[in-house]
Amino acid sequence: MTARLEDLLRQAFPDAAELRVEDRTGGGDHFQVRVASDRFDGLPLVEQHRLVYDALAEPLADGTIHELRISTRGGS
Amino acid sequence: MTELSDRIRSTIESEDVVLFMKGTPQQVLCGNSARALDALRSAGASVTAVDVLPDPAIRQELSALSNWPTIPQVFVRGELVGGADIVEELAASGELREKLDASLGEGWPNGDRSERVVEVTGGETRLRLVP
Repeated sequence: MTARLEDLLRQAFPDAAELRVEDRTGGGDHFQVRVASDRFDGLPLVEQHRLVYDALAEPLADGTIHELRISTRGGS
Repeated sequence: MTELSDRIRSTIESEDVVLFMKGTPQQVLCGNSARALDALRSAGASVTAVDVLPDPAIRQELSALSNWPTIPQVFVRGELVGGADIVEELAASGELREKLDASLGEGWPNGDRSERVVEVTGGETRLRLVP
């Protein structure tokens, strides 16, 4: 499941300097994602996280993701 | 626009700091809601809490309004600040306090911090103080 999330994030952030998905509990539904990308530069955190939510809209909507922790930073 | 949606919107717009959470400040039923509440408490904010658990429609209507898919959600003066990760990050960096100063005006912590709960389901919007 982490591979699916990584694929979706890679599509949304092809230039990411860092892109990691961790299954926090081993149960395949609690995840921590870390993304560093130029796309975040200058954006407030709420907009940065929205970009991540947008990328993961499908697994969020279908219940695959029960809990998501997000850590973002700009590329610089 | 449903009645429930109107109540959610008016709560967001009329209360200084609103936390949509699972459970209440007295009985938090989700780790992330606890993280958000702790962050707000550490910044000294007086929190108005809305429990989303009594009716799944609360969460649906809220997410439709806020364009934010997860719970908890924190609003300051009508503006979405973020979920647990963001509020925790902003509290740790001191930016949450700055945000409260900017939105609520200097001197907002004028007295003891308090917590209260708003119930948005049922016949009316009901508000009670958390002792």
